[in-house]
Amino acid sequence: MGGESKWMGLWYVSPYVIGLLLFTAFPFLASFYLSFTDYDLLNKPEWVGTANYEKLFTRDRTFDKSLKVTLIYVFTTVPLKLAFALFIAVVLNYRLKAINLFRTAYYVPSILGGSVAIAVLWRYIFADTGLVNMMLGSLGMEPINWFGDPENALFTITLLRCWQFGSAMVIFLAALQSVDKSLYEAAAIDGAGPWKIFRHITLPLITPVIFFNLIMQTVQAFQEFNGPYIITDGGPMKSTYLLPLYIYDKAFKSFDMGYASAIAWVLFAIIMVLTLIAFWSSKKWVYYAGDKRS
Amino acid sequence: MAAITDIPVRKGSEPPTAIELKHRRKAMRSSILRYGLLTLVGLVMIYPLIWLVGASFKTNAEMFSSAGFWPKEPTLSGYIEGWQTSTPYTFGKFFVNTLWIIIPKTIGTAISCTLVAYGFARFDFPGKKFLFMTVIATLLLPNVVTRIPQYLLFRDIGWLDSFLPLWVPSALAGDAFFVFMVIQFLRAIPRDMEEAARVDGATTLQTLVYIVVPMLMPALISVCLFQFMWTMNDFLGPLIYISSVEKYPVSLALKLSIDTTEAFAWNQILAMSVLALAPSLAVFFMAQKYFIEGISSGGVKG
Repeated sequence: MGGESKWMGLWYVSPYVIGLLLFTAFPFLASFYLSFTDYDLLNKPEWVGTANYEKLFTRDRTFDKSLKVTLIYVFTTVPLKLAFALFIAVVLNYRLKAINLFRTAYYVPSILGGSVAIAVLWRYIFADTGLVNMMLGSLGMEPINWFGDPENALFTITLLRCWQFGSAMVIFLAALQSVDKSLYEAAAIDGAGPWKIFRHITLPLITPVIFFNLIMQTVQAFQEFNGPYIITDGGPMKSTYLLPLYIYDKAFKSFDMGYASAIAWVLFAIIMVLTLIAFWSSKKWVYYAGDKRS
Repeated sequence: MAAITDIPVRKGSEPPTAIELKHRRKAMRSSILRYGLLTLVGLVMIYPLIWLVGASFKTNAEMFSSAGFWPKEPTLSGYIEGWQTSTPYTFGKFFVNTLWIIIPKTIGTAISCTLVAYGFARFDFPGKKFLFMTVIATLLLPNVVTRIPQYLLFRDIGWLDSFLPLWVPSALAGDAFFVFMVIQFLRAIPRDMEEAARVDGATTLQTLVYIVVPMLMPALISVCLFQFMWTMNDFLGPLIYISSVEKYPVSLALKLSIDTTEAFAWNQILAMSVLALAPSLAVFFMAQKYFIEGISSGGVKG
Protein backbone atom coordinates (compact mmCIF):
# COMPACT_ATOMS: atom_id res chain seq x y z
CA MET A 1 0.00 0.00 0.00
CA GLY A 2 1.81 3.11 1.18
CA GLY A 3 1.59 5.74 -1.48
CA GLU A 4 0.45 8.85 0.35
CA SER A 5 3.33 9.32 2.69
CA LYS A 6 6.14 7.25 4.03
CA TRP A 7 5.35 8.57 7.49
CA MET A 8 1.91 6.97 7.68
CA GLY A 9 3.30 3.65 8.94
CA LEU A 10 5.39 5.38 11.54
CA TRP A 11 2.24 7.09 12.77
CA TYR A 12 0.61 3.72 13.37
CA VAL A 13 3.60 2.27 15.20
CA SER A 14 4.10 5.42 17.28
CA PRO A 15 2.47 3.97 20.44
CA TYR A 16 5.04 1.20 20.31
CA VAL A 17 7.91 3.63 19.77
CA ILE A 18 6.87 5.75 22.74
CA GLY A 19 6.46 2.67 24.92
CA LEU A 20 9.78 1.29 23.75
CA LEU A 21 11.65 4.48 24.62
CA LEU A 22 9.93 5.09 27.96
CA PHE A 23 9.53 1.62 29.39
CA THR A 24 12.24 -0.44 27.75
CA ALA A 25 15.12 1.54 26.25
CA PHE A 26 15.42 4.17 28.95
CA PRO A 27 15.09 1.71 31.88
CA PHE A 28 17.53 -0.63 30.18
CA LEU A 29 20.23 2.03 29.99
CA ALA A 30 19.32 3.48 33.36
CA SER A 31 19.74 0.17 35.13
CA PHE A 32 23.17 -0.21 33.56
CA TYR A 33 24.09 3.20 34.90
CA LEU A 34 22.58 2.48 38.31
CA SER A 35 24.63 -0.70 38.60
CA PHE A 36 27.71 1.54 38.94
CA THR A 37 26.15 3.65 41.67
CA ASP A 38 25.13 3.53 45.27
CA TYR A 39 21.49 4.57 45.45
CA ASP A 40 19.21 4.27 48.46
CA LEU A 41 16.23 6.27 47.09
CA LEU A 42 16.78 9.06 49.64
CA ASN A 43 20.01 10.56 48.35
CA LYS A 44 21.02 11.03 44.75
CA PRO A 45 22.72 8.06 43.04
CA GLU A 46 26.41 8.20 43.87
CA TRP A 47 28.93 6.91 41.33
CA VAL A 48 31.02 4.11 42.79
CA GLY A 49 32.61 2.66 39.66
CA THR A 50 32.80 -1.10 39.61
CA ALA A 51 32.53 -1.43 43.38
CA ASN A 52 29.15 -3.20 43.22
CA TYR A 53 30.45 -5.81 40.82
CA GLU A 54 33.64 -6.30 42.79
CA LYS A 55 31.64 -6.90 45.93
CA LEU A 56 29.34 -9.30 44.10
CA PHE A 57 32.11 -11.47 42.80
CA THR A 58 34.50 -11.38 45.73
CA ARG A 59 32.72 -10.81 49.00
CA ASP A 60 29.05 -11.61 48.62
CA ARG A 61 28.40 -15.19 49.71
CA THR A 62 24.65 -14.80 49.34
CA PHE A 63 25.23 -14.00 45.69
CA ASP A 64 27.43 -17.08 45.22
CA LYS A 65 24.79 -19.27 46.77
CA SER A 66 21.98 -17.62 44.85
CA LEU A 67 23.81 -17.87 41.52
CA LYS A 68 24.58 -21.52 42.09
CA VAL A 69 21.00 -22.32 43.03
CA THR A 70 19.72 -20.41 39.99
CA LEU A 71 21.97 -22.29 37.59
CA ILE A 72 21.01 -25.64 39.09
CA TYR A 73 17.36 -24.69 38.88
CA VAL A 74 17.51 -23.61 35.23
CA PHE A 75 19.62 -26.53 34.06
CA THR A 76 17.35 -29.09 35.65
CA THR A 77 13.98 -27.47 35.02
CA VAL A 78 14.36 -26.57 31.36
CA PRO A 79 15.64 -29.94 30.05
CA LEU A 80 13.22 -31.95 32.20
CA LYS A 81 10.25 -29.84 31.20
CA LEU A 82 11.10 -29.84 27.49
CA ALA A 83 11.91 -33.54 27.36
CA PHE A 84 8.64 -34.35 29.06
CA ALA A 85 6.69 -31.96 26.84
CA LEU A 86 8.22 -33.48 23.71
CA PHE A 87 7.67 -37.03 24.90
CA ILE A 88 4.00 -36.43 25.62
CA ALA A 89 3.53 -34.54 22.36
CA VAL A 90 4.99 -37.48 20.46
CA VAL A 91 2.71 -39.93 22.24
CA LEU A 92 -0.29 -37.69 21.59
CA ASN A 93 0.55 -37.22 17.92
CA TYR A 94 -1.34 -40.25 16.78
CA ARG A 95 -4.79 -40.93 15.52
CA LEU A 96 -6.24 -41.02 19.00
CA LYS A 97 -9.90 -40.21 19.35
CA ALA A 98 -9.45 -38.38 22.60
CA ILE A 99 -6.53 -36.24 21.51
CA ASN A 100 -8.31 -32.97 22.27
CA LEU A 101 -9.41 -34.14 25.68
CA PHE A 102 -5.86 -35.09 26.65
CA ARG A 103 -4.43 -31.93 25.19
CA THR A 104 -6.83 -29.88 27.30
CA ALA A 105 -6.10 -31.83 30.46
CA TYR A 106 -2.38 -31.29 30.00
CA TYR A 107 -2.74 -27.67 29.12
CA VAL A 108 -4.82 -26.60 32.12
CA PRO A 109 -1.95 -26.51 34.64
CA SER A 110 0.12 -24.20 32.46
CA ILE A 111 -2.80 -21.84 31.89
CA LEU A 112 -2.90 -21.29 35.63
CA GLY A 113 0.81 -20.71 35.39
CA GLY A 114 2.56 -18.64 37.97
CA SER A 115 -0.60 -17.78 39.90
CA VAL A 116 -0.42 -17.45 43.65
CA ALA A 117 -3.24 -19.95 44.06
CA ILE A 118 -1.21 -22.67 42.33
CA ALA A 119 1.82 -21.93 44.50
CA VAL A 120 -0.47 -22.22 47.53
CA LEU A 121 -1.76 -25.55 46.25
CA TRP A 122 1.81 -26.78 45.81
CA ARG A 123 2.65 -25.81 49.34
CA TYR A 124 -0.20 -27.92 50.61
CA ILE A 125 0.21 -31.01 48.50
CA PHE A 126 3.93 -31.22 49.26
CA ALA A 127 3.52 -30.45 52.95
CA ASP A 128 4.85 -33.01 55.44
CA THR A 129 1.46 -34.66 55.78
CA GLY A 130 0.18 -33.39 52.44
CA LEU A 131 -1.30 -35.23 49.50
CA VAL A 132 1.98 -36.46 48.01
CA ASN A 133 3.33 -37.91 51.23
CA MET A 134 -0.02 -39.54 52.01
CA MET A 135 0.10 -41.20 48.61
CA LEU A 136 3.70 -42.31 49.11
CA GLY A 137 2.62 -43.69 52.49
CA SER A 138 -0.19 -45.72 50.96
CA LEU A 139 2.37 -47.21 48.58
CA GLY A 140 4.42 -48.18 51.59
CA MET A 141 7.13 -45.57 51.04
CA GLU A 142 8.71 -43.25 53.52
CA PRO A 143 7.39 -39.68 53.51
CA ILE A 144 9.76 -37.12 52.00
CA ASN A 145 10.55 -33.81 53.60
CA TRP A 146 9.90 -31.81 50.45
CA PHE A 147 10.28 -28.24 51.58
CA GLY A 148 12.05 -28.63 54.89
CA ASP A 149 15.14 -30.26 53.48
CA PRO A 150 17.49 -27.97 51.51
CA GLU A 151 18.32 -30.95 49.30
CA ASN A 152 14.74 -31.30 48.09
CA ALA A 153 13.17 -27.87 48.21
CA LEU A 154 14.52 -26.64 44.89
CA PHE A 155 13.48 -29.81 43.14
CA THR A 156 9.93 -29.35 44.40
CA ILE A 157 9.83 -26.00 42.60
CA THR A 158 11.25 -27.73 39.52
CA LEU A 159 8.41 -30.26 39.76
CA LEU A 160 5.89 -27.42 39.88
CA ARG A 161 7.21 -25.97 36.64
CA CYS A 162 7.46 -29.37 34.98
CA TRP A 163 3.83 -29.94 35.88
CA GLN A 164 3.19 -26.90 33.70
CA PHE A 165 4.71 -28.43 30.59
CA GLY A 166 1.48 -27.89 28.65
CA SER A 167 2.27 -24.77 26.65
CA ALA A 168 5.59 -26.17 25.42
CA MET A 169 3.78 -29.40 24.57
CA VAL A 170 1.09 -27.64 22.55
CA ILE A 171 3.81 -25.97 20.50
CA PHE A 172 5.61 -29.29 19.95
CA LEU A 173 2.36 -30.97 19.00
CA ALA A 174 1.53 -28.32 16.41
CA ALA A 175 4.99 -28.82 14.88
CA LEU A 176 4.66 -32.60 14.87
CA GLN A 177 1.29 -32.37 13.16
CA SER A 178 2.75 -30.24 10.40
CA VAL A 179 5.38 -32.84 9.48
CA ASP A 180 4.62 -34.28 6.06
CA LYS A 181 3.16 -37.77 6.58
CA SER A 182 4.49 -39.05 3.28
CA LEU A 183 8.03 -38.84 4.66
CA TYR A 184 7.10 -41.39 7.34
CA GLU A 185 5.52 -43.70 4.81
CA ALA A 186 8.53 -43.50 2.53
CA ALA A 187 10.89 -44.27 5.41
CA ALA A 188 8.72 -47.15 6.63
CA ILE A 189 8.74 -48.67 3.16
CA ASP A 190 12.53 -48.41 3.18
CA GLY A 191 12.42 -50.49 6.36
CA ALA A 192 13.29 -47.88 8.97
CA GLY A 193 12.06 -48.69 12.47
CA PRO A 194 10.08 -46.27 14.67
CA TRP A 195 13.07 -45.07 16.65
CA LYS A 196 15.15 -44.50 13.51
CA ILE A 197 12.31 -42.58 11.91
CA PHE A 198 11.89 -40.44 15.01
CA ARG A 199 15.60 -39.81 15.29
CA HIS A 200 16.29 -39.06 11.62
CA ILE A 201 13.05 -37.58 10.32
CA THR A 202 10.83 -36.22 13.07
CA LEU A 203 13.50 -34.76 15.29
CA PRO A 204 15.39 -32.81 12.60
CA LEU A 205 12.13 -31.42 11.21
CA ILE A 206 11.00 -30.00 14.53
CA THR A 207 14.37 -28.55 15.58
CA PRO A 208 13.17 -24.96 14.91
CA VAL A 209 10.44 -25.44 17.48
CA ILE A 210 12.79 -27.13 19.94
CA PHE A 211 15.05 -24.13 19.55
CA PHE A 212 12.17 -21.70 20.13
CA ASN A 213 10.97 -23.55 23.23
CA LEU A 214 14.49 -23.86 24.56
CA ILE A 215 15.13 -20.12 24.38
CA MET A 216 11.76 -19.07 25.76
CA GLN A 217 11.80 -21.56 28.62
CA THR A 218 15.37 -20.70 29.57
CA VAL A 219 14.70 -16.96 29.67
CA GLN A 220 11.59 -17.67 31.71
CA ALA A 221 13.29 -20.05 34.14
CA PHE A 222 16.02 -17.55 34.93
CA GLN A 223 13.29 -15.13 36.02
CA GLU A 224 11.35 -17.53 38.23
CA PHE A 225 10.02 -15.58 41.18
CA ASN A 226 6.48 -16.50 42.24
CA GLY A 227 7.16 -20.16 43.02
CA PRO A 228 10.06 -19.81 45.44
CA TYR A 229 8.79 -16.51 46.85
CA ILE A 230 5.39 -17.87 47.82
CA ILE A 231 6.15 -21.51 48.50
CA THR A 232 9.46 -21.44 50.33
CA ASP A 233 10.36 -17.76 50.59
CA GLY A 234 13.83 -18.68 49.37
CA GLY A 235 14.49 -21.17 52.13
CA PRO A 236 15.37 -23.42 53.77
CA MET A 237 18.96 -22.22 54.14
CA LYS A 238 18.61 -20.20 50.93
CA SER A 239 18.30 -23.41 48.93
CA THR A 240 15.57 -21.86 46.76
CA TYR A 241 16.87 -18.31 46.90
CA LEU A 242 16.97 -17.67 43.15
CA LEU A 243 18.57 -14.51 41.81
CA PRO A 244 15.25 -12.74 41.10
CA LEU A 245 14.39 -13.11 44.79
CA TYR A 246 17.73 -11.67 45.77
CA ILE A 247 17.25 -8.75 43.39
CA TYR A 248 13.76 -8.14 44.74
CA ASP A 249 14.97 -8.14 48.35
CA LYS A 250 17.88 -5.84 47.60
CA ALA A 251 15.77 -3.41 45.58
CA PHE A 252 12.45 -3.34 47.35
CA LYS A 253 13.26 -4.38 50.89
CA SER A 254 16.69 -2.88 51.55
CA PHE A 255 16.27 -0.18 48.86
CA ASP A 256 19.78 -0.80 47.64
CA MET A 257 18.92 0.06 44.05
CA GLY A 258 22.48 0.27 42.73
CA TYR A 259 23.51 -3.11 44.06
CA ALA A 260 20.24 -4.69 42.94
CA SER A 261 20.81 -3.32 39.43
CA ALA A 262 24.29 -4.86 39.39
CA ILE A 263 22.84 -8.28 40.24
CA ALA A 264 20.17 -7.80 37.58
CA TRP A 265 22.87 -7.04 35.02
CA VAL A 266 24.85 -10.13 35.94
CA LEU A 267 21.68 -12.17 35.51
CA PHE A 268 20.99 -10.44 32.22
CA ALA A 269 24.54 -11.08 31.01
CA ILE A 270 24.22 -14.79 31.79
CA ILE A 271 20.92 -15.02 29.93
CA MET A 272 22.33 -13.09 27.00
CA VAL A 273 25.49 -15.18 26.71
CA LEU A 274 23.44 -18.39 26.81
CA THR A 275 21.00 -17.03 24.24
CA LEU A 276 23.87 -16.04 21.95
CA ILE A 277 25.44 -19.48 22.33
CA ALA A 278 22.09 -21.02 21.45
CA PHE A 279 21.71 -18.81 18.37
CA TRP A 280 25.26 -19.41 17.28
CA SER A 281 25.05 -23.17 17.73
CA SER A 282 21.64 -23.27 16.07
CA LYS A 283 23.32 -23.12 12.66
CA LYS A 284 24.71 -26.54 13.40
CA TRP A 285 21.60 -28.28 14.69
CA VAL A 286 18.50 -26.35 13.71
CA TYR A 287 17.14 -27.49 10.40
CA TYR A 288 15.19 -24.99 8.33
CA ALA A 289 13.44 -26.51 5.36
CA GLY A 290 14.01 -24.08 2.50
CA ASP A 291 10.46 -22.85 2.60
CA LYS A 292 7.47 -20.85 3.68
CA ARG A 293 8.36 -19.83 7.13
CA SER A 294 12.09 -19.41 7.43
CA MET B 1 7.35 -44.12 18.93
CA ALA B 2 4.83 -41.82 17.51
CA ALA B 3 3.04 -41.22 14.37
CA ILE B 4 5.50 -43.46 12.84
CA THR B 5 3.60 -46.67 13.21
CA ASP B 6 0.91 -44.75 11.47
CA ILE B 7 0.66 -47.10 8.54
CA PRO B 8 -2.74 -46.86 6.91
CA VAL B 9 -4.88 -49.90 7.34
CA ARG B 10 -6.77 -50.63 4.17
CA LYS B 11 -10.52 -50.50 4.46
CA GLY B 12 -12.51 -52.83 2.27
CA SER B 13 -14.00 -56.26 2.09
CA GLU B 14 -11.00 -58.24 0.86
CA PRO B 15 -9.52 -60.49 3.57
CA PRO B 16 -6.54 -58.94 5.36
CA THR B 17 -3.14 -60.34 4.56
CA ALA B 18 -0.83 -61.68 7.22
CA ILE B 19 1.25 -58.52 7.17
CA GLU B 20 -1.83 -56.39 7.61
CA LEU B 21 -2.94 -58.47 10.56
CA LYS B 22 0.46 -58.04 12.10
CA HIS B 23 0.26 -54.32 11.63
CA ARG B 24 -3.22 -54.17 13.10
CA ARG B 25 -2.13 -56.11 16.15
CA LYS B 26 0.83 -53.83 16.52
CA ALA B 27 -1.33 -50.73 16.13
CA MET B 28 -3.75 -52.09 18.72
CA ARG B 29 -1.00 -52.73 21.24
CA SER B 30 0.41 -49.32 20.58
CA SER B 31 -2.96 -47.59 21.14
CA ILE B 32 -3.54 -49.41 24.41
CA LEU B 33 -0.11 -48.40 25.59
CA ARG B 34 -0.68 -44.82 24.52
CA TYR B 35 -4.10 -44.51 26.11
CA GLY B 36 -2.82 -46.08 29.32
CA LEU B 37 0.14 -43.75 29.55
CA LEU B 38 -1.81 -40.65 28.59
CA THR B 39 -4.57 -41.37 31.08
CA LEU B 40 -2.08 -41.91 33.87
CA VAL B 41 -0.25 -38.68 33.09
CA GLY B 42 -3.58 -36.88 32.73
CA LEU B 43 -4.64 -38.00 36.19
CA VAL B 44 -1.39 -36.80 37.70
CA MET B 45 -1.89 -33.46 35.96
CA ILE B 46 -5.45 -32.91 37.02
CA TYR B 47 -5.71 -34.61 40.39
CA PRO B 48 -4.03 -31.81 42.38
CA LEU B 49 -6.68 -29.41 41.06
CA ILE B 50 -9.51 -31.80 41.85
CA TRP B 51 -8.07 -32.41 45.30
CA LEU B 52 -7.92 -28.66 45.83
CA VAL B 53 -11.64 -28.31 45.16
CA GLY B 54 -12.49 -31.19 47.49
CA ALA B 55 -10.13 -29.96 50.21
CA SER B 56 -11.68 -26.51 50.19
CA PHE B 57 -14.86 -28.10 51.59
CA LYS B 58 -13.04 -30.08 54.25
CA THR B 59 -12.54 -29.20 57.86
CA ASN B 60 -9.04 -28.28 58.93
CA ALA B 61 -8.72 -31.51 60.84
CA GLU B 62 -9.48 -33.61 57.78
CA MET B 63 -7.24 -31.73 55.37
CA PHE B 64 -4.02 -33.50 56.25
CA SER B 65 -5.42 -36.87 57.12
CA SER B 66 -6.91 -38.18 53.88
CA ALA B 67 -5.82 -38.10 50.29
CA GLY B 68 -9.34 -38.58 48.98
CA PHE B 69 -11.41 -36.06 47.14
CA TRP B 70 -14.72 -36.29 49.01
CA PRO B 71 -14.90 -34.43 52.31
CA LYS B 72 -16.33 -36.55 55.12
CA GLU B 73 -18.15 -33.65 56.72
CA PRO B 74 -18.48 -31.07 53.96
CA THR B 75 -18.41 -27.54 55.27
CA LEU B 76 -18.66 -24.12 53.69
CA SER B 77 -16.81 -22.48 56.55
CA GLY B 78 -13.63 -22.14 54.49
CA TYR B 79 -15.52 -20.07 51.95
CA ILE B 80 -17.57 -18.06 54.42
CA GLU B 81 -14.70 -17.18 56.74
CA GLY B 82 -12.12 -16.90 53.99
CA TRP B 83 -14.28 -14.44 52.08
CA GLN B 84 -14.26 -12.10 55.08
CA THR B 85 -10.43 -11.98 55.21
CA SER B 86 -8.46 -10.49 58.06
CA THR B 87 -8.62 -7.06 56.42
CA PRO B 88 -11.52 -4.57 56.51
CA TYR B 89 -12.42 -5.74 52.98
CA THR B 90 -13.93 -8.92 51.62
CA PHE B 91 -12.57 -10.92 48.71
CA GLY B 92 -15.30 -9.32 46.64
CA LYS B 93 -13.39 -6.07 46.81
CA PHE B 94 -10.21 -7.81 45.65
CA PHE B 95 -12.01 -9.39 42.71
CA VAL B 96 -13.36 -5.98 41.70
CA ASN B 97 -9.83 -4.55 41.92
CA THR B 98 -8.50 -7.37 39.76
CA LEU B 99 -11.13 -6.69 37.11
CA TRP B 100 -10.35 -3.02 37.31
CA ILE B 101 -6.74 -3.83 36.50
CA ILE B 102 -7.57 -6.34 33.79
CA ILE B 103 -10.22 -4.57 31.72
CA PRO B 104 -8.41 -1.32 30.82
CA LYS B 105 -5.16 -3.23 30.38
CA THR B 106 -6.70 -5.73 27.99
CA ILE B 107 -8.52 -3.09 25.95
CA GLY B 108 -5.35 -1.01 25.74
CA THR B 109 -3.37 -4.04 24.63
CA ALA B 110 -5.83 -4.96 21.90
CA ILE B 111 -6.04 -1.45 20.47
CA SER B 112 -2.33 -0.70 20.57
CA CYS B 113 -1.37 -4.09 19.16
CA THR B 114 -3.80 -3.61 16.28
CA LEU B 115 -2.44 -0.19 15.34
CA VAL B 116 1.18 -1.25 15.65
CA ALA B 117 0.74 -4.52 13.79
CA TYR B 118 -1.06 -2.67 11.00
CA GLY B 119 1.83 -0.22 10.76
CA PHE B 120 4.42 -2.99 10.62
CA ALA B 121 2.59 -5.38 8.33
CA ARG B 122 1.18 -2.93 5.78
CA PHE B 123 3.51 0.08 5.47
CA ASP B 124 7.06 0.91 4.67
CA PHE B 125 8.65 3.63 6.69
CA PRO B 126 12.12 4.75 7.69
CA GLY B 127 13.60 2.60 10.44
CA LYS B 128 11.03 -0.18 10.07
CA LYS B 129 13.59 -2.97 9.99
CA PHE B 130 15.32 -1.68 13.06
CA LEU B 131 12.06 -1.19 14.96
CA PHE B 132 10.93 -4.68 14.10
CA MET B 133 14.21 -6.03 15.42
CA THR B 134 13.54 -4.25 18.68
CA VAL B 135 10.23 -6.15 18.92
CA ILE B 136 12.14 -9.42 18.76
CA ALA B 137 14.81 -8.14 21.15
CA THR B 138 12.16 -7.04 23.65
CA LEU B 139 10.58 -10.46 23.36
CA LEU B 140 13.81 -11.97 24.62
CA LEU B 141 14.74 -9.18 27.03
CA PRO B 142 14.33 -10.34 30.62
CA ASN B 143 12.08 -7.91 32.52
CA VAL B 144 14.32 -8.22 35.50
CA VAL B 145 16.79 -5.81 33.93
CA THR B 146 14.30 -2.97 33.34
CA ARG B 147 12.21 -3.35 36.48
CA ILE B 148 14.12 -1.12 38.89
CA PRO B 149 14.32 1.99 36.65
CA GLN B 150 10.68 1.45 35.67
CA TYR B 151 9.82 1.57 39.34
CA LEU B 152 11.88 4.73 39.79
CA LEU B 153 10.20 6.31 36.77
CA PHE B 154 6.71 5.56 38.08
CA ARG B 155 7.73 6.85 41.48
CA ASP B 156 8.98 10.12 40.02
CA ILE B 157 5.77 10.75 38.10
CA GLY B 158 3.69 9.87 41.15
CA TRP B 159 2.07 6.70 39.83
CA LEU B 160 3.00 4.39 42.69
CA ASP B 161 0.10 2.75 44.47
CA SER B 162 -2.13 3.25 41.44
CA PHE B 163 -3.03 0.96 38.55
CA LEU B 164 -1.32 3.19 36.00
CA PRO B 165 2.02 1.31 36.03
CA LEU B 166 0.07 -1.84 35.24
CA TRP B 167 -2.07 -0.26 32.51
CA VAL B 168 0.07 2.21 30.61
CA PRO B 169 2.99 0.05 29.37
CA SER B 170 0.53 -2.46 27.92
CA ALA B 171 -1.55 0.31 26.33
CA LEU B 172 1.64 1.40 24.55
CA ALA B 173 2.12 -2.04 23.00
CA GLY B 174 4.60 -2.99 25.68
CA ASP B 175 3.92 -6.73 25.52
CA ALA B 176 6.16 -7.73 22.65
CA PHE B 177 4.72 -11.21 22.52
CA PHE B 178 1.29 -9.91 21.56
CA VAL B 179 2.62 -7.36 19.08
CA PHE B 180 4.62 -10.08 17.41
CA MET B 181 1.69 -12.48 17.34
CA VAL B 182 -0.66 -9.97 15.68
CA ILE B 183 1.99 -8.89 13.15
CA GLN B 184 2.57 -12.49 12.11
CA PHE B 185 -1.16 -13.09 11.85
CA LEU B 186 -1.73 -9.98 9.75
CA ARG B 187 1.14 -10.78 7.42
CA ALA B 188 -0.55 -14.04 6.51
CA ILE B 189 -3.79 -12.29 5.45
CA PRO B 190 -3.99 -11.33 1.75
CA ARG B 191 -4.23 -7.61 1.02
CA ASP B 192 -6.79 -7.72 -1.83
CA MET B 193 -9.74 -6.44 0.16
CA GLU B 194 -7.74 -3.62 1.69
CA GLU B 195 -6.42 -2.57 -1.69
CA ALA B 196 -9.93 -2.57 -3.14
CA ALA B 197 -11.13 -0.38 -0.28
CA ARG B 198 -8.23 2.01 -0.82
CA VAL B 199 -9.00 2.27 -4.50
CA ASP B 200 -12.58 3.14 -3.55
CA GLY B 201 -11.22 6.06 -1.59
CA ALA B 202 -11.16 4.76 1.98
CA THR B 203 -8.49 6.25 4.24
CA THR B 204 -5.99 3.90 5.87
CA LEU B 205 -7.78 4.30 9.19
CA GLN B 206 -11.14 3.40 7.65
CA THR B 207 -9.52 0.41 5.97
CA LEU B 208 -8.08 -0.65 9.30
CA VAL B 209 -11.35 -0.34 11.18
CA TYR B 210 -13.75 -1.79 8.61
CA ILE B 211 -11.62 -4.33 6.76
CA VAL B 212 -8.56 -5.34 8.79
CA VAL B 213 -9.99 -5.47 12.30
CA PRO B 214 -12.79 -7.93 11.40
CA MET B 215 -10.21 -10.23 9.79
CA LEU B 216 -7.88 -9.89 12.78
CA MET B 217 -10.59 -10.89 15.25
CA PRO B 218 -9.35 -14.44 15.97
CA ALA B 219 -5.87 -13.12 16.78
CA LEU B 220 -7.24 -10.27 18.87
CA ILE B 221 -9.44 -12.63 20.84
CA SER B 222 -6.38 -14.76 21.59
CA VAL B 223 -4.48 -11.66 22.69
CA CYS B 224 -7.29 -10.57 25.02
CA LEU B 225 -7.66 -14.03 26.53
CA PHE B 226 -3.94 -14.41 27.18
CA GLN B 227 -3.73 -10.94 28.63
CA PHE B 228 -6.68 -11.74 30.89
CA MET B 229 -4.96 -14.89 32.19
CA TRP B 230 -1.56 -13.34 32.61
CA THR B 231 -2.92 -10.31 34.41
CA MET B 232 -5.09 -12.50 36.59
CA ASN B 233 -1.95 -14.48 37.54
CA ASP B 234 0.38 -11.51 37.76
CA PHE B 235 1.85 -11.20 41.21
CA LEU B 236 5.15 -9.35 40.93
CA GLY B 237 3.66 -6.28 39.19
CA PRO B 238 1.07 -5.55 41.89
CA LEU B 239 3.56 -6.58 44.59
CA ILE B 240 5.93 -3.82 43.52
CA TYR B 241 3.45 -1.10 42.61
CA ILE B 242 0.40 -1.52 44.84
CA SER B 243 0.89 -0.84 48.51
CA SER B 244 -2.52 -0.08 50.03
CA VAL B 245 -4.67 -3.08 50.84
CA GLU B 246 -7.75 -1.37 49.50
CA LYS B 247 -6.27 -1.60 45.98
CA TYR B 248 -5.00 -5.19 46.26
CA PRO B 249 -5.85 -7.60 43.45
CA VAL B 250 -6.71 -11.22 44.28
CA SER B 251 -3.11 -12.43 43.90
CA LEU B 252 -1.78 -10.08 46.58
CA ALA B 253 -4.78 -10.65 48.83
CA LEU B 254 -4.17 -14.38 48.68
CA LYS B 255 -0.54 -13.97 49.62
CA LEU B 256 -1.61 -11.69 52.45
CA SER B 257 -4.02 -14.28 53.74
CA ILE B 258 -1.27 -16.93 53.75
CA ASP B 259 0.91 -14.63 55.81
CA THR B 260 -1.81 -13.71 58.27
CA THR B 261 -4.01 -16.76 58.71
CA GLU B 262 -1.83 -19.71 57.96
CA ALA B 263 -1.35 -21.22 61.38
CA PHE B 264 -4.94 -22.21 61.89
CA ALA B 265 -7.15 -21.78 58.86
CA TRP B 266 -5.91 -23.87 55.94
CA ASN B 267 -9.31 -24.44 54.46
CA GLN B 268 -9.95 -20.70 54.17
CA ILE B 269 -6.83 -20.28 52.08
CA LEU B 270 -7.65 -23.24 49.89
CA ALA B 271 -11.23 -22.03 49.44
CA MET B 272 -10.01 -18.61 48.32
CA SER B 273 -7.48 -20.28 46.02
CA VAL B 274 -10.33 -22.13 44.34
CA LEU B 275 -12.15 -18.84 43.82
CA ALA B 276 -8.97 -17.20 42.53
CA LEU B 277 -8.53 -19.92 39.92
CA ALA B 278 -12.18 -20.08 38.92
CA PRO B 279 -12.29 -17.10 36.51
CA SER B 280 -9.22 -18.30 34.61
CA LEU B 281 -10.57 -21.83 34.36
CA ALA B 282 -13.98 -20.62 33.24
CA VAL B 283 -12.50 -18.41 30.54
CA PHE B 284 -10.20 -21.19 29.41
CA PHE B 285 -12.96 -23.73 29.03
CA MET B 286 -15.20 -21.30 27.20
CA ALA B 287 -12.53 -20.35 24.71
CA GLN B 288 -9.85 -23.02 24.66
CA LYS B 289 -9.73 -23.09 20.87
CA TYR B 290 -8.28 -19.58 20.89
CA PHE B 291 -5.63 -20.47 23.44
CA ILE B 292 -4.41 -23.50 21.59
CA GLU B 293 -4.40 -21.68 18.26
CA GLY B 294 -2.79 -18.61 19.73
CA ILE B 295 0.03 -20.48 21.32
CA SER B 296 0.66 -22.81 18.40
CA SER B 297 0.73 -20.06 15.79
CA GLY B 298 2.82 -17.74 17.93
CA GLY B 299 5.23 -20.55 18.59
CA VAL B 300 5.53 -22.20 15.24
CA LYS B 301 5.96 -18.97 13.40
CA GLY B 302 8.64 -17.84 15.83
